[in-house]
Amino acid sequence: MNIKLKALTKSIWVFHAACSPCNNCDIEILDLLTPRHDIERLGMTLAASVRHADALLVTGIPNTKTKERLKTLYEQAPKPCVVVAIGTCACGRNMFRDSYNSPCNIDDIVPVDVYIPGCPPKPEAMIAGVAKLIEKLKSK
Amino acid sequence: MSHKIVVPIGPYHPLQEEPELFRLYVEGEKVVDLDIVIGYNHRGIEELSEHKHFDQVPFLVERICGICSTSHPFAYVNAVEDLAGIQVPERALYIRTIIAEMERIHSHLLWLGLAGHFIGYNTVWMWAWKYREPVLNVFEMISGNRNHYAMMKVGGVRRDIKNEDIPALKKAMDELVPALDLFRGAVVDDPVIQARLKGIGILTKEQCVDWCVEGPTARASGLNIDVRKDEPYGAYDRVDWNVIVHEDGDIFAKTLVRILELYESVSIIRQCLDKMPCGEIDANVKDIPPGEGIGRVEAPRGECFHYVRSDGTNRPTRHKVRAPSYMNVASNKVAAVGGTISDAAITLAAVDPCYCCTERTAVLDRGTDKKIMNGWDLIRLSQEKTERMRGK
Repeated sequence: MNIKLKALTKSIWVFHAACSPCNNCDIEILDLLTPRHDIERLGMTLAASVRHADALLVTGIPNTKTKERLKTLYEQAPKPCVVVAIGTCACGRNMFRDSYNSPCNIDDIVPVDVYIPGCPPKPEAMIAGVAKLIEKLKSK
Repeated sequence: MSHKIVVPIGPYHPLQEEPELFRLYVEGEKVVDLDIVIGYNHRGIEELSEHKHFDQVPFLVERICGICSTSHPFAYVNAVEDLAGIQVPERALYIRTIIAEMERIHSHLLWLGLAGHFIGYNTVWMWAWKYREPVLNVFEMISGNRNHYAMMKVGGVRRDIKNEDIPALKKAMDELVPALDLFRGAVVDDPVIQARLKGIGILTKEQCVDWCVEGPTARASGLNIDVRKDEPYGAYDRVDWNVIVHEDGDIFAKTLVRILELYESVSIIRQCLDKMPCGEIDANVKDIPPGEGIGRVEAPRGECFHYVRSDGTNRPTRHKVRAPSYMNVASNKVAAVGGTISDAAITLAAVDPCYCCTERTAVLDRGTDKKIMNGWDLIRLSQEKTERMRGK
């Protein structure tokens, strides 16, 4: 495992990129920061700028407008950067796959490392997803 | 216009969890103009709903917005029941009312927490979200999901509230009241919160009428409008409650209206649980006749309006959605202009904007090459102001 990945798994700072979600996954992500789940005890926190982030949490379906922005966000993030798709929309566009404003899946735009399905996934599921992500990175 | 400086906020910024772009035009510290660019959330829901049959649409409109995820299906089923003239069983009406009011509690607590965060009171944020969790637990107990409850159905509700669950529900409400007292005390008595929120972002009664503002935002400016009272639906005409109205129109009044509405919601839920009759929960609707109908619901943010037209087949031929934030967000143009940049963060958030609800039209961005700065600066400015005032 190289030194960069080792540093990354120690304490993952996440940036929350909402691509036309319904808000619910986003609220559940914020819920992770509040007393019941409190992911800061696991070394994770929300980064205010994508340039400080180790991981992108992507929610929702990319529409024609957010598609370009998500690509830009990924390019701006320092590498190595991991991408976590949160919610059924981010995993497979849910019931919006027939929409005229839904041109592609998230994994067509950025490489996704972990998929966390659910509408919305419970905060516990998100923590479990990130735990699996760390294991995956450590085995690299 | 060259002397003006543009402060772009967004589209990705920690100010709000949804993508949207504000352009603040400033002269020194003063905000002189404001542009709002939305369209980052448009998913074509109205068009999608015309390809689903009447019983599938509630699941779709539920996903318009995750915070008001029962207001939209509620308004939709009201519209279809208006269209077909369906008589909904009494018990189903009470269950709908209980779910809608619990949603108001969790939505207002959510806003309260975020508002506390914006002015640098992270303690309020943590408290509010801590006391929101028991409400989500109750939702999980009733419907199996913390959000997106899927309770609404044309002609009734999808799941019953079991009689043996009612004591747990009542207990959750009883435990919520001391927490609400705590918030009321914290907001009303704190001199710094008063200094930050009083006289900031004022919307007068006339401006509210001009900009068609709705919900708690309008009620904080002295407009007595509430769909639950004006055109009762569900079981709101069978219980006793008050519309909370304040005259000041500033952010402090908006906060107070929301806190006091929480007490009314708790009282409505208690009365509904006591009065709820036994019986059927579903009218077993078979066919939807041709025609058109409207449904109005008081969502946590204001009036939510749905229009449905049917041609006798099993799909709506037209489904129109109008969400409250559509009007409320535009009122930022009067509320934020004239204030300082450090007050802009809380002023823009004061209407409890919900962009997911609002995005019914696609707004095309011509792609300006202006540099997008970080909205974090704005929150930091706002939090520093509170720190300075605390220090004094």
